[in-house]
Amino acid sequence: MEKRQLTCINCPLGCQLEVVIDKGEIVSIENYGCQRGIEYAKKEIANPKRTVTSILPVIGGELPMVSVKTRTDIPKDKISECMHCLKDLKVGAPVKIGDVIVKNIGNTGVDIIATKKVDKKND
Amino acid sequence: MDNRDIVIIGGGPAGLAAAISAYHAGVSDILILERENSLGGILNQCIHNGFGLHKFKEELTGPEYAERYVDQVHELNIEYKLETMVIDITEDKHVIAMNEIEGVIDIKAKTIILAMGCRERPRGALNIPGNRPSGIFTAGTAQKYVNIDGYLPGREVVILGSGDIGLIMARRLTLEGAKVKMVCEILPYSGGLKRNIVQCLDDYDIPLRLSHTITKIHGKERIEAVTVAKVDEFLKPIKETEEYVTCDTLLLSVGLIPENELTRKAGITINPKTQGPIVDSNLETSIPGVYACGNVLHVHDLVDYVSDEASIAGQKAAMFVKNSLISDDKFAVIAGKGVRYTVPSWIIDDSSIAMSIIRFRVDGVYKDHFVTIKLDNEKAYHKQKRILTPGEMEQVMILRKWIDAKPELKTIEILLEED
Ligand SMILES: Cc1cc2nc3c(=O)[nH]c(=O)nc-3n(C[C@H](O)[C@H](O)[C@H](O)COP(=O)(O)OP(=O)(O)OC[C@H]3O[C@@H](n4cnc5c(N)ncnc54)[C@H](O)[C@@H]3O)c2cc1C
Ligand code: SF4
Repeated sequence: MEKRQLTCINCPLGCQLEVVIDKGEIVSIENYGCQRGIEYAKKEIANPKRTVTSILPVIGGELPMVSVKTRTDIPKDKISECMHCLKDLKVGAPVKIGDVIVKNIGNTGVDIIATKKVDKKND
Repeated sequence: MDNRDIVIIGGGPAGLAAAISAYHAGVSDILILERENSLGGILNQCIHNGFGLHKFKEELTGPEYAERYVDQVHELNIEYKLETMVIDITEDKHVIAMNEIEGVIDIKAKTIILAMGCRERPRGALNIPGNRPSGIFTAGTAQKYVNIDGYLPGREVVILGSGDIGLIMARRLTLEGAKVKMVCEILPYSGGLKRNIVQCLDDYDIPLRLSHTITKIHGKERIEAVTVAKVDEFLKPIKETEEYVTCDTLLLSVGLIPENELTRKAGITINPKTQGPIVDSNLETSIPGVYACGNVLHVHDLVDYVSDEASIAGQKAAMFVKNSLISDDKFAVIAGKGVRYTVPSWIIDDSSIAMSIIRFRVDGVYKDHFVTIKLDNEKAYHKQKRILTPGEMEQVMILRKWIDAKPELKTIEILLEED
């Protein structure tokens, strides 16, 4: 048996949910203010996911950096692997919003895409 | 001298949305003046997602949200000047600006829309004893370094203040390889969104020390450490709880203030509570034909509301140019018990407007209180909210039919009640 405390993020009340887990299964959820807290706890325990955003250097761009994100959210425990894959990566200008920068990052099935337009530097 | 129908100061989300709506309301002689080298305002450095849920029903990053508006400005051929700093506005609506190519520019505007955004409370406002070594930044400055310039300001970080920008930066710096040791918040609660506390701090095991502050900064050239202490109920540090925490960087996330030097110089009346201009429901300031929207008016949590508000300002400015605004009569809106301020401060007596939005912030944390609207002491609205906190902007609607039912109406009051 493991006891975990989660903060529900669905409204400003921020209920401190008390979740008891046994062999990966939820045994009980307490201290929730409404049904949404239960749903939140279930998802956070079974498969917590996050969108990761970062920046990458641009070669030959009018701006030094381009912002990027995972197209959809990825499992939370893949975040550091995802950041590791982005380390030392550079992007060539021009870049448009939505351009795929890395396919299937860290085997999550999710692509890294650009979230900003960076044109070529005119010189 | 140049003559313009509408001059917009600031090319952030507020300025862009105002320009687009003014154009759609039938005025095309519009000029946006922006001091930075690109449009989009502060959104350019907010690379995290969570923008646009209300407006676009999807979660965008800051630059993606900005681009939707920048694209429209280009499509409509709305004129703008970058790297152009407005240095003065006058009561008779001259806008004085400066850039490298043209030097000083003097534009006579029929209307002006103020959309200069806000700035962060600087470290000077803090009064922490000790030296002033390098390595101390506002969270927004650090955000710009990391996200625009691609440069990490330090490796061992303490953050003072739990505002959203500080929380977002705690995660950002952690992902970039820095060690964020703690976030100290002097109040017993955080002003940041729950979502940011969970996803920016809890996810990375960064401690949030509520009721804690920094009492001393150590280091001569570069910051080396801070002294952290718990505070009592009067926010006074408790000596026995002092703790020495090493760090090479201190970020301050202690609040935002609307950017209103220009507004003050022009003699526009400022609301001391918001530090932004006092406006009516058309978002017109105390100078006729000068409008304000976005963070220059009051600090917003969500850019979605900034865009909505700015659309109203743009539309009303266009109506001012075309002389089609109906009425100048107005009713005062009063911030009653528990309500720190309201925007607007006046509602225009215009029977063609079915409802007017009032945005407000409360002055403390209130559980299970009622938000009440009184028209000359008579309750028109009374609704219970499970929680109200100073960190979340609230809004209510004033319906025209309430006003029509009270021919002698003078004031509208928004207040909190226990039952
Ligand atoms: C550092 C910082 C970080 C933020 N992070 C977030 C966040 O993560 N999420 C969120 O929802 N909100 C965030 N906000 C709030 C966010 O700013 C608003 O939601 C929104 O961007 C406000 O839009 P705006 O157009 O009113 O202001 P801004 O985006 O600030 O735009 C104002 C523009 O006016 C220009 N300007 C100012 N003065 C002059 C002048 N004299 N002459 C010419 N141009 C001028 C500025 O350069 C700027 O481009 C942040 C605010 C700050 C200050
Ligand atoms: S459980 Fe319900 S009441 Fe509690 S924080 Fe979540 S959404 Fe709000």
